[in-house]
Amino acid sequence: MIANYGYKDGSGEWFISIDTDKCNGCGECVKVCPQTVFEVTQDPNDPFREEPVAVVSDGHRKKIKYTCNTCKPVTNRPPLPCIVTCKSKAITHSW
Amino acid sequence: MTREYWRWPESRWTAPNKEWQGAKIITAGVDVGSVSTQSVILVDGELYAYSSMRTGSNSPDSAQNAMKWALEGTGLTMDKIQYTVGTGYGRVNVPFANRAITEIACHSRGANFMYGPTVKTILDMGGQDCKAIHCDEKGKVSAFLMNDKCAAGTGRGMEVFADLLSVPIEDIGKLSFEIEEEPSPVSNTCVIFAKTEATGLLKQGWSKEKVIAAYCSAMAHRVVELLQRIGMEKEFAVTGGIAKNIGVVKRIEKEIGVTALIPKLDTQIAGALGGALFAKALVEKEQRG
Repeated sequence: MIANYGYKDGSGEWFISIDTDKCNGCGECVKVCPQTVFEVTQDPNDPFREEPVAVVSDGHRKKIKYTCNTCKPVTNRPPLPCIVTCKSKAITHSW
Repeated sequence: MTREYWRWPESRWTAPNKEWQGAKIITAGVDVGSVSTQSVILVDGELYAYSSMRTGSNSPDSAQNAMKWALEGTGLTMDKIQYTVGTGYGRVNVPFANRAITEIACHSRGANFMYGPTVKTILDMGGQDCKAIHCDEKGKVSAFLMNDKCAAGTGRGMEVFADLLSVPIEDIGKLSFEIEEEPSPVSNTCVIFAKTEATGLLKQGWSKEKVIAAYCSAMAHRVVELLQRIGMEKEFAVTGGIAKNIGVVKRIEKEIGVTALIPKLDTQIAGALGGALFAKALVEKEQRG
């Protein structure tokens, strides 16, 4: 499942997508994110999945554009820690 | 008393010629939404009764009232229901629920039941949010996207317009076609600004119908963007209250070039129905051990 967390507004599209088929719930993204955007829980959208999965925590979903700012300078943007650390390549950002 | 134009009719239904006595599995789903609450009862996996009413200021009460109303006159009591799933905005506030499941999973499952296994893209236009869901033939979610940051493209926005224009909410869809030519959509997607803009348009001499058309088309445009992100397929269905508004649905269809499937049941119950279906599956899972 591609779980899109975030929103689209007049300023653009701000989504973090997690491919839950790739995510193994290892929790590395939780550790590296300086803003603690992620958490690992029981899959809220698949009641039959037993393996835990990473989700974007509730408090960040409506302000993700601002939360992720620290990792996204306008020039010389380094690779994003969440994306680099995810071995199963489950995380993508829309911007 | 002034008329409340936004007020939509509450409803309940019981399956004719169906008995719950002697049933193996009785399950329920309660969808406590931001605007409306639905309760669905399934007897051996078949739709037995449902109710749809306005959510009050207290979620546990709303859940209980919806449940009571669905059970009314059936002779069925709460203690006979083996498993109840709570869903929707207030899903954690359903006191008698055995489990809470997100409305994304429930709507997908409910739509799969309502429209059959072919449905792949679902647009749920709720009271205060809008969800685009892509699912497989079993109703399992394969991708989703939810916009709950603002009321644009939601039932609440439509209620605001019904009130502003003094048009009963059920008539909006029909009236939106009583125009000479399709106006350009209102430019503001924000409901509050759109209302301001509409007031201005009325002052310029626009007819009510034309303003409604402009708003319906802005709403359609807004949700189509969500659908495009999720991946649009031909087997497309709209659930939720706005699915009853042909003014919006027809404009969505026009924009994406796909005709929405015709609903066989009340589109507002999709979430609660999905919850009740999950409840049944969970009971069966428990029984298997």
